[in-house]
Amino acid sequence: MSTVVLLALTGLGLGALYFLIASGLSLVFGLADVLNFAHGLFLSVGAYATWWAGGRLSGPWGFTVAVLFGVACGAAVGGLVELVLIRPLYRRPTEQVLVTVGLSLAGVALLQAGWGADPRRYPSPQWTQKVTRVLGADVPNDRLLLIGVAVLVLAGLLAILRFTRYGLVIRAGVENRAMVSALGIDVRRAFTLVFAIGGALAGLAGALGGVYFGSVSPGQGASLLIFAFIVVVIGGMGSVTGSAYAAVAVGLLQQFVNYYGTAGAGDICVVALLAVVLLVRPAGIAGRAAT
Amino acid sequence: MSQSPSRAAPAFRAVAPLAVVAVAAVLPWSTVDIPGVFDGPLNSPGTLQLLALCLVFGGLATGYDLLFGRAGLLSFGHALYLAVGAYGVDILVTHAHWPLWAAVPAAAVGGAALAALLGSVALRTTGIAFAMVTLAFAQVGSILTQRDPGGLTGGEEGLPMDGSRLPGFLVGVANTVNLYWLALAFLVVVVVVVHRVDRGPYGRVLAGLRDDERRVAVLGLSPYRFKLVTFTLSGGLAALGGVVYALVVGGASPALAASDLTLSLLVMAVLGGPGTRWGPVIGGILYTYLDQRLTSLGGTGAVRHLPGVLRGPLSQPLFVLGAVFILAVYFAPGGLAGLGRRGAALARALRTRRSDPARAGAGAAPGAGATAATGATEN
Amino acid sequence: MLAVRDLSAWIGGSHILQGVTFAVAGTGVTALLGRNGVGKTSTLRAILGELPATGSVTFDGEPVLGRPTHRLVRAGLGYVPEDRCVFAGLSVAENLRLACRVPDPDYDTVYSLFPELRTRARQRAGTLSGGQQQMVAIGRLLLNPNRLLLIDEPTKGLAPRVVAEVTAVIAEVAQRVPILLVEQNLAVVRRLAGTAVVLAAGRVAWQGEAADLLGDADRTRSLLGVGSTGLGRGAASDAPGQTDRKKDHR
Repeated sequence: MSTVVLLALTGLGLGALYFLIASGLSLVFGLADVLNFAHGLFLSVGAYATWWAGGRLSGPWGFTVAVLFGVACGAAVGGLVELVLIRPLYRRPTEQVLVTVGLSLAGVALLQAGWGADPRRYPSPQWTQKVTRVLGADVPNDRLLLIGVAVLVLAGLLAILRFTRYGLVIRAGVENRAMVSALGIDVRRAFTLVFAIGGALAGLAGALGGVYFGSVSPGQGASLLIFAFIVVVIGGMGSVTGSAYAAVAVGLLQQFVNYYGTAGAGDICVVALLAVVLLVRPAGIAGRAAT
Repeated sequence: MSQSPSRAAPAFRAVAPLAVVAVAAVLPWSTVDIPGVFDGPLNSPGTLQLLALCLVFGGLATGYDLLFGRAGLLSFGHALYLAVGAYGVDILVTHAHWPLWAAVPAAAVGGAALAALLGSVALRTTGIAFAMVTLAFAQVGSILTQRDPGGLTGGEEGLPMDGSRLPGFLVGVANTVNLYWLALAFLVVVVVVVHRVDRGPYGRVLAGLRDDERRVAVLGLSPYRFKLVTFTLSGGLAALGGVVYALVVGGASPALAASDLTLSLLVMAVLGGPGTRWGPVIGGILYTYLDQRLTSLGGTGAVRHLPGVLRGPLSQPLFVLGAVFILAVYFAPGGLAGLGRRGAALARALRTRRSDPARAGAGAAPGAGATAATGATEN
Repeated sequence: MLAVRDLSAWIGGSHILQGVTFAVAGTGVTALLGRNGVGKTSTLRAILGELPATGSVTFDGEPVLGRPTHRLVRAGLGYVPEDRCVFAGLSVAENLRLACRVPDPDYDTVYSLFPELRTRARQRAGTLSGGQQQMVAIGRLLLNPNRLLLIDEPTKGLAPRVVAEVTAVIAEVAQRVPILLVEQNLAVVRRLAGTAVVLAAGRVAWQGEAADLLGDADRTRSLLGVGSTGLGRGAASDAPGQTDRKKDHR
């Protein structure tokens, strides 16, 4: 029983990480139609920024401030990338994807040049290394942290989408971008916003991912990104709740199959799930809707 | 090897590539030494190995371009078939003790068969979903090679090819020249196949598919079947390339199955000029050369004197390549081939002192002309 | 109000508009007519900037071709596309709110013309009937002070009774704002339009008073072809839907 609980919470923790990455990616894709390979770069930026700040700050709130710094850096990079690199290529979707590919290659190399390819130890706060007893299982606190943060983020995103003007624009734009323009609204500002949100969330994922994995390395973003892509497609592009469901499904599936089957079988099952979902329901679980 | 203008004599277009192949074939007998570009004279094993690698990737990029530039299918999982070819021939020769002449076709056909199988699933989707599915399949392959099932793949360190099982003329430093010719042969085969496909009615259907699927469907042809055949052919060519790669390098490694490799192929095709005759070949050769050489560039005198903040990034080949790639997407969307064509068109216009906008538009590489028109409206 | 000169546009490889020239009067309804597929919707989209085009378009004296769509709309050009394009995932109230461009939008007019929009405010727009969606689509235009409305086939696919309601609403709106109306239903055109512009083969084939065109059955048949509804049935002007409607194959 305790194994099941541990597996479930670890799966949910991993799912939480995927959700943080996938939700931003899904909005970017749903609204701006950009397949953003540079999203992994935003993640790494957040991770390294938090690592850098965390090494310099101390005290009980030091880590929190470092994480916020990482989130801010992610948001800034996300917004800048959209403004400088993506916006000039409006209406040229293939070129936009290509630019994000080039950016992911160059950006990771840049990080490698700056801090080397080897993983660096992460300044995780002490309490995340401890365990809490949940339903008879000893669960590491970093999982619980991830789950808690993801739930808060989900609630926050849904609130923004439902109650703010920009949220309204994003929800409408995911459905029909051209019509939003035809109502006199400059959709491009929403694009930049969505990229910034995506960057912030990816940065948060990077910051907390560092806690989960215990280290940061330049290539971390890329390996997580592939599973985030899968989550986006399964959940439905442009849908935040879809990403949430899909992330939970993928995280749990991966953990349970990897444990009860052979290592690696879980990853293969996830891909099989992707294939099945696409064949049965090409628009993903939630289809194309922002909430 | 630049793109010939479409109005030039047809004879020139037919002869020029043959002349280039002939020059490439006799290259290993020259002792020309180009310092800086190569570490040794042209007939030295190190240089030949580098050139062989460049040629292999030229062929791989062309095979990938069949999917991307001609059929308009953006696949992120192409490296999987490459890996199947490389690991296939490696495992068959080293573990199963097959003779090379049997292992090569088996690996190539195996790659094509896998492409047919996976393509039949992936092609039921389009656009981003298709890209994601192909990426996911390749990821599975990458995981499998690393997990080392049954000790077959050698896990993270890769699987060196057992030289004693290979025919003598392919083993040993002195025989690097044979590997060079093998790579050249592979490149020629791929280019011939792709051009054949392109020229024929099949190629026209592909071009139609790339632009608008409905037009093809309306003719009573099944877009799905065409795409599947293209996908299979492209996968088979990649597997063949994987075989040659494994022979040139002496083994297979998990990096072959990584998504980074497919991204590199994409960069090669785009830098060279997608959908053009020679663009991907040039892109593949240039990219591979830069990738191999830029790491050592970091150690040369010129770069060493740069301030640290510049030296670091410049000694990372991927940074330079990624940055060049981004610049190319903005300023040269047709790749090098597009630049060459634009230069030729410009030269022609200056010569005849007449600017013919219709011809200039028609000469642009696919995607460049159309995007120039739509890019004009600011939005 | 709107002057279109030599408008040329391509879709895919086909040269769909080959030099369209016409003018939209400052008052009343100008109907844009033509057979299926001739390019009526493309003309509207080209004016709005959704389709790349060459030529010139002047809106109230200002040249606007090539301007981004949202800026043109902010300048007072309202658009109701074919198929309405209301946002299915948003509620009726949210659809209206999204369209508000000015600090005090004219909800009074909208609710007086379409009382149902107030009662159904929280309903998801995707669950509305075609006619109700059309109310949302037109209503959201009326919230803002627009100087010209482009309306594309508002009665397409609607039941006859709803067609009558929509036509009545458009007639009332036309008293305040000039409208460029694309329509296939000739009875609706007869009821609403003052001027008519007919497209054929990528150009304007005829321009003039709508009554002149519709009164001449031969000319109507030759320019608009069989399949245009309301042809020669002499339908009463206040029951436009009673003629049988041929299904639109698009």
